Amino acid sequence: MMGCDASAVIRAVRAAADVVAEHRDELVELDRVIGDGDHGENLRRGFQAFVAAVDSAHPATPGAVFKLLATTLISTVGGAAGPLYGTACLRAATALGADEELTAANAVTALRAGLQGVVARGKAVVGDKTMVDALSPAVDAAQRALDAGADLLGVLSAAADGAEKGAESTIPLVARKGRASYLGERSAQHLDPGARSSSLLLRAFADAAASR
Amino acid sequence: MTSGAAVGIVIVSHSAKLAEGVVELAGQMAPEVVIVAAGGLPDGSLGTDYDTVLAALNEADQGAGVVLLYDLGSARMTAELAIESLDDQDSALLATAPLVEGAVVAAVAAQGGADLTEVHRVAETAGAESESGPESGPQPQVAEPATPAVQAAFVLTNGVGLHARPAAQLARAIAGLDAEVTVRHGEQSADAGSVLGLLGLDARAGDTIAVTARGTQAGEAIERISTLVETNFGE
Repeated sequence: MMGCDASAVIRAVRAAADVVAEHRDELVELDRVIGDGDHGENLRRGFQAFVAAVDSAHPATPGAVFKLLATTLISTVGGAAGPLYGTACLRAATALGADEELTAANAVTALRAGLQGVVARGKAVVGDKTMVDALSPAVDAAQRALDAGADLLGVLSAAADGAEKGAESTIPLVARKGRASYLGERSAQHLDPGARSSSLLLRAFADAAASR
Repeated sequence: MTSGAAVGIVIVSHSAKLAEGVVELAGQMAPEVVIVAAGGLPDGSLGTDYDTVLAALNEADQGAGVVLLYDLGSARMTAELAIESLDDQDSALLATAPLVEGAVVAAVAAQGGADLTEVHRVAETAGAESESGPESGPQPQVAEPATPAVQAAFVLTNGVGLHARPAAQLARAIAGLDAEVTVRHGEQSADAGSVLGLLGLDARAGDTIAVTARGTQAGEAIERISTLVETNFGE
C-alpha cells in the first residue's frame, strides 16, 4: 500500500467535505428534531472553509492538515461541533507530530487523542447520546484491527464500522449532554446528529483510503 | 490587581441581542467596568464565534484580567478554547452562573475593585444567593462568634427605596471591605453584596432596613451605607 502523505490526507478531507455537503439536509433534520437544527449547515460551512483555505496554506504533513482543519472548524462552525471537532483535530494533529505519513499505528493514536479531546471539551461519556457514542467504539474497533495486524485501510474501515454501530446505538438513548438534554425523555428514539456526523466523517476517511 | 484597572467582563452568548442586553443591564450597575458582548455569529445568525470571543477578551482586559460568563453549553466550549489560546491563560476565568445575575454580580464586584479571583468567585455563587438570604437557611446563625456584629437600622427616605440603582450603589459601597454585611427587611434578609438579593427585599420608600455587619471593617460598612441613605442615594 502506498504511503499516505499530506496530499493524500488533504484529498481525504476534501472527500469528507463533499460527504458533509451531501448530508447537510439530513444532519439539519436530525438536529432540528432534538437540537437547534444548525448542525448540518455549521459542518458544511466549516469543511467548505477548509477547502477554500487548504490550497494557499499547503500543509506539508498529515498533522499540519489536521491542525488547519482544527483552526478552520473552530473559527467557522458556530455550534458545539466547532469546539468539539476542532479540539479533536487539534489533539490528533499533536499526536501525529511531524510524521510524514499516516500509518495504521499513528492513525489509531491520533483517533484516540481526538476522542480524548472531545471528552475533555464536552465532558460527555458513552451513553450520553453524543458524538462520543460513535467515536469511542470507533477507537476501540480501530485498536482491535491494529492489534490483529490491519493496515491503514483496515484500521480506518474498522473505525467507520464501529462509529456506525455506535451512532445507531444512540437512537433509544435519552440525551444527557447538549441541547437535546433539555428535551429529556423526548430525545429518545432519535439518532443523535453529532454521532451521525462522526460516523459519516470516519466512513469518508475510510472510503478515501480505499480509493487510493 | 494592577493599580486602577477594574476586572473586565465578557458575555458569551449564542445571541448578539442577548449578549448586548446583558451588557446593558450589568453596565448600568458598573459604569467603570469594561463589559463586552460576544454574541452570535459574524453574519448575525445564532451561535458562538471563537474569533469574536477572542477579540472581546482582548478588549475587556484592562490589565486586571477578565471574567467570562456564558449562556449555553457550546458557548462554554468556545469560551474555553479562546482562553486556552491566550498567552497568559491565567488572565481569564470562566464563571458558571445564571447569566444575568452572574453578570450583574460580577460587574458590581469589579466596580468595587475586587480582583479577578474574587469577581469570579462572586459570579459563581450568584445563583445560590437568589433563593434565600444567607441567614434564612435551615442552619442556625452561629457562625464566627469571635467577631462582634455591628448593627444599625435605617429608614429609606429616597423616592424609590432599594430599587435597582440604589441597590447597586449599596452593593458597590461595601464591595472590597472586609465585612460580611446583611440587610434585613421584615422577614427577609439578603447579602448586601448581592444586588438581586437586595432587590428581592422589596424595600420601598418609608420602609426600615436593618443592617448587620461582621468583620474588621464592619463599622466602615455601616458608615458608608448610612451616608448613602442620608443622601437619598444621590437622587
